[in-house]
Amino acid sequence: MEISITVNGEDYRRDVEPRLLLVHLLRDKLRLTGTHWGCDTSNCGVCVVLLDGVPVKSCTVLAVMASGRQVRTVEGLERSDGLDPVQQGFIDRHGLQCGFCTSGMMMTARWLLDHNPDPSEREIREAISGQVCRCTGYENIVRSVRRAAELEAGS
Amino acid sequence: MTATQIPARVPTPTPTPVGYGSIPRKEDARFVRGRGSFVDDVQLPGMLYGAVLRSPYAHARIVSVDISAAEVHPKVRAVITGDMLDKRGMAWMPTLFGDVQAVLATDKVRFQGQEVAFVVAEDHYAARDALSLIEVEYEPLPALVDAKLALAPDAPLIRDDLDGRTDNHVFDWSAGNKAATDDAFATADVVAECEILYPRVHPAPMETCGAIASLDRVSGKLTVYATSQAPHAHRTMYAQVTGLPEHKIQIIAGDIGGGFGNKVAIYPAYVCAIVGSILTGCPVKWTEDRSENLMSTAFARDFHMHGEIAATSDGKILALRANVLADLGAFNGTAQPTKFPAGFFHMFTGSYDIAAAHCEVRSVHTNKAPGGVAYSCSFRIAEASYLLERMVDVLAHDLGMDPAQLRMRNLLRPEQFPYTCATGWEYDSGDYPTTLRLALEMAGYDELRREQAARREGGGDAPLMGIGLSFFTEAVGAGPRKMMDILGLGMADGAELRLHPTGKAVLRLSCMSQGQGHATTFAQIVSQELGISPDDIEVVEGDTDQTPFGLGTYGSRSTAVSGGAAVVVARKVRDRARIVAAAMLEALPDDLEWAEGRWQVKGVPSTGKAIAEIATAAHSGLELPEGVEGHLDATTVYNPPNLTYPYGAYVCVVDVDPGTGQVKVRRFVAVDDCGVRINPMIVEGQIHGGLADGVGMALMELMAFDANGNHLGASFMDYLLPTSMECPSWELGQTVSPSPHHPIGAKGIGESATVGSPAAVVNAVLDAIGVRHADMPLTPAHVWRAMQGRALRTDVALE
Ligand code: FES
Ligand code: FES
Repeated sequence: MEISITVNGEDYRRDVEPRLLLVHLLRDKLRLTGTHWGCDTSNCGVCVVLLDGVPVKSCTVLAVMASGRQVRTVEGLERSDGLDPVQQGFIDRHGLQCGFCTSGMMMTARWLLDHNPDPSEREIREAISGQVCRCTGYENIVRSVRRAAELEAGS
Repeated sequence: MTATQIPARVPTPTPTPVGYGSIPRKEDARFVRGRGSFVDDVQLPGMLYGAVLRSPYAHARIVSVDISAAEVHPKVRAVITGDMLDKRGMAWMPTLFGDVQAVLATDKVRFQGQEVAFVVAEDHYAARDALSLIEVEYEPLPALVDAKLALAPDAPLIRDDLDGRTDNHVFDWSAGNKAATDDAFATADVVAECEILYPRVHPAPMETCGAIASLDRVSGKLTVYATSQAPHAHRTMYAQVTGLPEHKIQIIAGDIGGGFGNKVAIYPAYVCAIVGSILTGCPVKWTEDRSENLMSTAFARDFHMHGEIAATSDGKILALRANVLADLGAFNGTAQPTKFPAGFFHMFTGSYDIAAAHCEVRSVHTNKAPGGVAYSCSFRIAEASYLLERMVDVLAHDLGMDPAQLRMRNLLRPEQFPYTCATGWEYDSGDYPTTLRLALEMAGYDELRREQAARREGGGDAPLMGIGLSFFTEAVGAGPRKMMDILGLGMADGAELRLHPTGKAVLRLSCMSQGQGHATTFAQIVSQELGISPDDIEVVEGDTDQTPFGLGTYGSRSTAVSGGAAVVVARKVRDRARIVAAAMLEALPDDLEWAEGRWQVKGVPSTGKAIAEIATAAHSGLELPEGVEGHLDATTVYNPPNLTYPYGAYVCVVDVDPGTGQVKVRRFVAVDDCGVRINPMIVEGQIHGGLADGVGMALMELMAFDANGNHLGASFMDYLLPTSMECPSWELGQTVSPSPHHPIGAKGIGESATVGSPAAVVNAVLDAIGVRHADMPLTPAHVWRAMQGRALRTDVALE
């Protein structure tokens, strides 16, 4: 099937199998490998991207369902004047170790801060509760998102 | 003492300060941009994709495998079966413990999820499609699921592939002094016993396992991109399996999305990808899905333990005994030093002064996946520590003593170090009582007990409050070559350090980060020794063509062994720099001193030469003394003199809903002593992750099997991992007892919290519900049953 999709502001047209998952479109066809894949059951969240601004698990979305819509991935976080505060927050507070869950965590964090610029620890924990990290025990992810909020408030 | 503050953004271009400290990680720049290079991110020209057909049965004879329909699928390029491999002598491969494991089954399948056939196709959807075109006829056999029945006379024989094998017994092993232990038990005032299971769990890193094999038919060179915690050991093993010469094999482990022991072994599908590349002449990528990961790759633990502890009536522990039944699954794929078939389990006297101890471990095969030594277990010290910390609580329960007091009474005292325990381990350093006191103080232990007493008084439907302790000691950094090898490969690590003419450095190591931040920590180690910024030191690891030989990263051995190598090699460079500086200053090397990161004439700081200047001179035409070569490079092999012994004291506070058995971890205090901390921020991150593991294993993670050997935890819907909601905000503290034999006194931290935390959580839950023992995972259902006095086995669902 012919799809057209906007990813990080760029338009792509592709002829894809109807069963192709969005995560595989991004990774294998568009070569945007910053979005990861980690489970068969939509439980892990390493695949989270923003679809029309809303976090979705890209392993549960068919590429054809994303046709005509806007996707934002980790590759689209950095701004012309430097890192997004979320990226800087994760660096500053050691919010990542192996880096595998990080893209998904940051995309959710970006969405959270867009809607709630001053989230509490509890709100951050709830926002990322559908995503698993095996390395950080979440503590520094929470601190990273707080740090991002501070950076954003300061800028 | 509070947790170390992580510094705010260090604005570039200010150079990162020399030496140790909480500096941001070098690795992060690529990950936060989505620019990591994990194996599934690698795309080679002409690459094909593999998929594995797996057995639906736990135990069955293979009658026939018909691949004809799959072979004619338009996108399929090759289909590989066990019989085809057998003709090449590759149907079986060695495991990490000298057993063999089927690459693709020829005779029987021995666990659910075992590899039966491998398809190579043009894309991974097509490869998966083709799997359904393969017809396998099985003759199901009775499955052996319960390890306790493995040696029954009517148990099905699993390993009939091995000549002369008549039962499912693998090995018996023992350690300690039996006579002295029996004597102590015979005369003790009190003996407490308990059956304790450390259930089968899975490391489940967020990135599953995978490999890309690419054989160049012209040069004969095989390149394998792989999720490998031990690239050099993998190269040697591939040489053995494939018959290719070792110098024609290159392993490239790029970024690894978590390992935790899951990526130490070589898995059958890696070998299949190699064969696929040999057959097609194209690179072949294989990455497993999550169910494959949970069903077929290295699980951990599965120790059925019987513990006994002997003590005086006032709580002095006299002796310890353990009888263990280890379920290894269908093949013995345990990864640990050869001399220790049960790993380091016999370090089970832990942190206490126990005069006599004896343990016996018997291991058996069952119809389950192979593995056992993984999930940050420090070669089975996880099992030992859990057993002991549970037994101490059981003793406290029987004696009616406070578990903190009982521990304090029996902890090793500082003046006993170096201390040789009853089973022969030589502990290097520690001040245990201080660490425990700090943990109790941070937790507000007495106040917590008062709150608990008040709550109990109150009764009613209020949550039940529990306080759990654990005090663990690990032995990590395997290990001295004389005692420790894996498959005959001694466990020493190489290091190479090269200084460029401008004074920038490249450090090449054999270990392999899976998120531990090696690029940062090891640069800091060299930085401290040479007085140059970590920014100026590039750390290379993971590519066997670029790095010296060594055994890899697991068992918390990176800082302890490769870290030692990094120090030694940097000091070699520094010593050579002294000779060059002497030539520069027209002085004698003996007249120089190393001060503030420079070589200077003793007492004359103005003469100081920094390493960068010396490096430039070393590459110049400067005349050097007779016999001194130019340049500023060095290599070393670090053979650790002993293991290092990190330890810690943990306190967990839980609330249990009496109606549902639901556990909420309210607080978790962790005081770790891992010797000198190079990057405290990274150390604390390692601890956080391990604490989450403990919450997961204690409360959620469950891999049970039904009577037919069906794996009941084969997806993340059933194998539950802790999320941000189950984890509390960790409260960390530290004490520092440097290792006297490690060149910078560091001990290693990677696995401490995973080893130490499960017991604290379980002890807290059982303290809350007033039950002497119940097995992990303490899911609401299991807690509720335990509260009714009807605890069930958690490992099997036999009805
Ligand atoms: S890959 Fe696990 S939720 Fe999408
Ligand atoms: S950083 Fe490794 S899974 Fe989150």
